[in-house]
Amino acid sequence: MSLPTNTDFELESLDTPTGTNYTTKKAPWWRQLQYVAAGAIFGIILIKSEVISWFRIQEMFRLQSFHMYGVIGSAVATGIISVMILKKTGAKTIYGEPITFRSKSFHKGQIFGGLLFGFGWALTGACPGPLFAQIGAGFSVSLATLASAILGTWVYGTLKDKLPH
Amino acid sequence: MFMSILTASWPWYVAGPLIGLTVPLLLLLGNRHFGISSNLRHICAACLPGKSPFFSYEWRKESWNLFFAGGIVIGGLIASTLLADKGPSSIHPQLAAEMAGYGVTYAHAPLPAELFNWPALFTLKGLLLMIVGGFLVGFGTRYAGGCTSGHAIMGLSNLQWPSLVATCCFMAGGFIMANLVLPFILHL
Repeated sequence: MSLPTNTDFELESLDTPTGTNYTTKKAPWWRQLQYVAAGAIFGIILIKSEVISWFRIQEMFRLQSFHMYGVIGSAVATGIISVMILKKTGAKTIYGEPITFRSKSFHKGQIFGGLLFGFGWALTGACPGPLFAQIGAGFSVSLATLASAILGTWVYGTLKDKLPH
Repeated sequence: MFMSILTASWPWYVAGPLIGLTVPLLLLLGNRHFGISSNLRHICAACLPGKSPFFSYEWRKESWNLFFAGGIVIGGLIASTLLADKGPSSIHPQLAAEMAGYGVTYAHAPLPAELFNWPALFTLKGLLLMIVGGFLVGFGTRYAGGCTSGHAIMGLSNLQWPSLVATCCFMAGGFIMANLVLPFILHL
């Protein structure tokens, strides 16, 4: 089946419909455990740095604290340097598969959707990653926020063709 | 000594670079591109009926990301139990004063218990904060094609200018909501 243009920055398999670049099918299931481990480390970082704190998010949007700017800024700087090194050295994955990068195109959704997400971020004090971390940390009511976020995603997917892109 | 370093709150210059290293970690583990909000789309594709074209794709090819999200839940559990913070932390006095005006106090918890609890879901304030807020997170991130991780961290790491546009809009939306709208909601 043919899919419309991929507007999603986070869905790589839609850019390679043949799936040649994807190892999931051939890879043994336990290879998924490495992502569980990576996620666990990431979740610990989110909690320990208080990135999941509603109060830290409020401080950020009121310019009352440098903390969140420091976290995001140094994360981006580290990411840029890392990607540069991976590209320069032509590094492969630990299983010897090529590492690929794709350029993404601009559409108006990055503005409209970006603003809407910003509204939600300030209200809930959480972006999707921290939502999962909050649930793990025992804030069960974040399950309701997550369920509503899933509903929001579903409504977007259903209305997509009627929205400006 | 080692444990006390782990259990104290981590400063930005430790947490930020570690978060940034998630980008090369996922690339080296399997050419995976960091971005968490797409999990919401995978959950729709996997679980919800009424398949619109947007949810008709092979979500199993992206299942690594669901395992990653599951890992975040486990990480949250570990950090809040084994590595639980015993040291004091504080918020900006101006924020504390503003919150006091709404009857919200900082009790060293990431979420204010006065605002985020199950019974509050049935109040207008709680509905706006959690349900409307959550809805906007899900709707907005997918409309934008990514969230803080997919755009602000992964997209910017790969020098994608549309991700810079998206990140600026995330921040603009947050500034508008937090400063111009949220005060009215918290007064409810």
